[in-house]
Amino acid sequence: MYTQKVIEHFTNPRNMGEMEDADAIGKVGNPTCGDLIWIYIKVKDDIITDITFKTFGCAAAIATSSMITELTKGKTLKEAYQITRNDVAENLEGLPPIKMHCSNLSADGLHKAIEEYLEKNGRTIDDLK
Amino acid sequence: MVDQINFNHSAGVPIDERVLQVMEPYFRQFYGNPSSVHSAGQQSAKAIENARVQVSRLIGAESKDRIIFTNGATEANNLALQGFAYRHRRKGNHIIISQMEHLSIINTAKFLSKQGFEYSQVKVDEYGVVDAQALQDAITDQTILISIQHGNNEVGTLQPIAEIAKIANDATIPLHVDAVASAGQVPIEVTDMGISMLSLSSNDIYGPKGVGALFVKRGISIQPILLGGGQEYGIRSGSENVAGIVGMGAAAEIAKQQLEKNATHLRRLRDSLIKGVLNKVDEAYLNGHPKNRLPNNANIRFAFVEGEAITLHLSFQGFLVATSSACTSKTLAPSHCLLSMGVSEAEAHGALQLTLGRENTLKQVDRFVEVLPPIIKKLRAMSPLSKEVPYDLYEDEEHDHEHGQEHD
Repeated sequence: MYTQKVIEHFTNPRNMGEMEDADAIGKVGNPTCGDLIWIYIKVKDDIITDITFKTFGCAAAIATSSMITELTKGKTLKEAYQITRNDVAENLEGLPPIKMHCSNLSADGLHKAIEEYLEKNGRTIDDLK
Repeated sequence: MVDQINFNHSAGVPIDERVLQVMEPYFRQFYGNPSSVHSAGQQSAKAIENARVQVSRLIGAESKDRIIFTNGATEANNLALQGFAYRHRRKGNHIIISQMEHLSIINTAKFLSKQGFEYSQVKVDEYGVVDAQALQDAITDQTILISIQHGNNEVGTLQPIAEIAKIANDATIPLHVDAVASAGQVPIEVTDMGISMLSLSSNDIYGPKGVGALFVKRGISIQPILLGGGQEYGIRSGSENVAGIVGMGAAAEIAKQQLEKNATHLRRLRDSLIKGVLNKVDEAYLNGHPKNRLPNNANIRFAFVEGEAITLHLSFQGFLVATSSACTSKTLAPSHCLLSMGVSEAEAHGALQLTLGRENTLKQVDRFVEVLPPIIKKLRAMSPLSKEVPYDLYEDEEHDHEHGQEHD
């Protein structure tokens, strides 16, 4: 049901844990649905220098969280904001169709974290364009 | 690869070696169709009659009662409800079931509600026990059938079936019992208990998959839902699965002989499992009735973590278990049993369903109790939820899951 890549990220998640001095946190999902993803980012000169996650959810939720941190680290806010749910799924060599909608939330979490960061600094998404 | 240890018997049971041996000749040597007049046919017919007696004995049925073999318990449940409802629709149009029933009962009741029938679902308490007063109150002058499960495969709760049968009998309404999970683990005496129909599954008693049976008490008439050559007293057409039926009969005989021995063994493992896990993991809770539960069932929910993740980690260590988490169901819908018992959707995600079997050992249980706590710890370290950030912070938020588990 899951690809080797999903299992690998689920078993050994990258960049897992709380970030105490995060510049912004993107919180998405709901425990009622079974998926809750928090993405913590550290930003310097519009570059995401560090990113971690905390996730309540199934293997797909954990693996997508882990994957987004790998895809994002070192990217500019603009580049990171362009990462999509599909990018995450593709880098995991696919997700079961039923999990594409519910558990593939990490890109949303990243976008929310970026939005929060910009808002805190009196900026908007349009500034990235 | 690590050895596999099956703690998921409610999903699949390895067939008993002795059963397999009894079945073997019926694939090639005794291949006759029981409907044939010739000797090969009659040999098969005789084997099926023998299996009927073996199954009757397991549940305390009498020789004049009927055991109708089906292709499984889902079919038996469909046949019981639909076959009875259609046959007796002139007497009334109301059926009573409970919130804890298997989906083959709930969805059949729903289907019947589109065919001019109505149904009530009796509520259960926090342990999943049917509320006797609510059952009493649900009876109307239109009620023709009550269908209540004996033991719940998911959370383990046993219903007070003798008390329920008394309510049904006092109201002269036939009672159907889904005994799929309880048969072979808990004594069943259909005659003494006053049960009119009862569903059984072969695989759940260590027989082959693809076979089940419906007991129908003498004097209770039902209508077929499969039409054809009139096999099985005209109630279930289709050439008989002779080897499967022979296997179910042999499995029933062994289950009857070993019932007390197996139940004692299973209770010992189950209690050790529950005690061990609850002692070692905090924020863990037993689902289902603490005492009146199936000897082989432990259902434990763990706060702040999700069951599919636990299940996969356990699988890497060789333990085969199931979870009540919606994330593993085909429709992403949460367990209707846990919700009926007042467990929230969020909490239901963390429930593990552990169903033991004859071949399990205390050593395996001890190993499980060692292996599980680090998994829960690892997943909790990953989870944003904790005592400080509990579920209910989120309860008012909307969520957009499509819940389509039961047929509309």
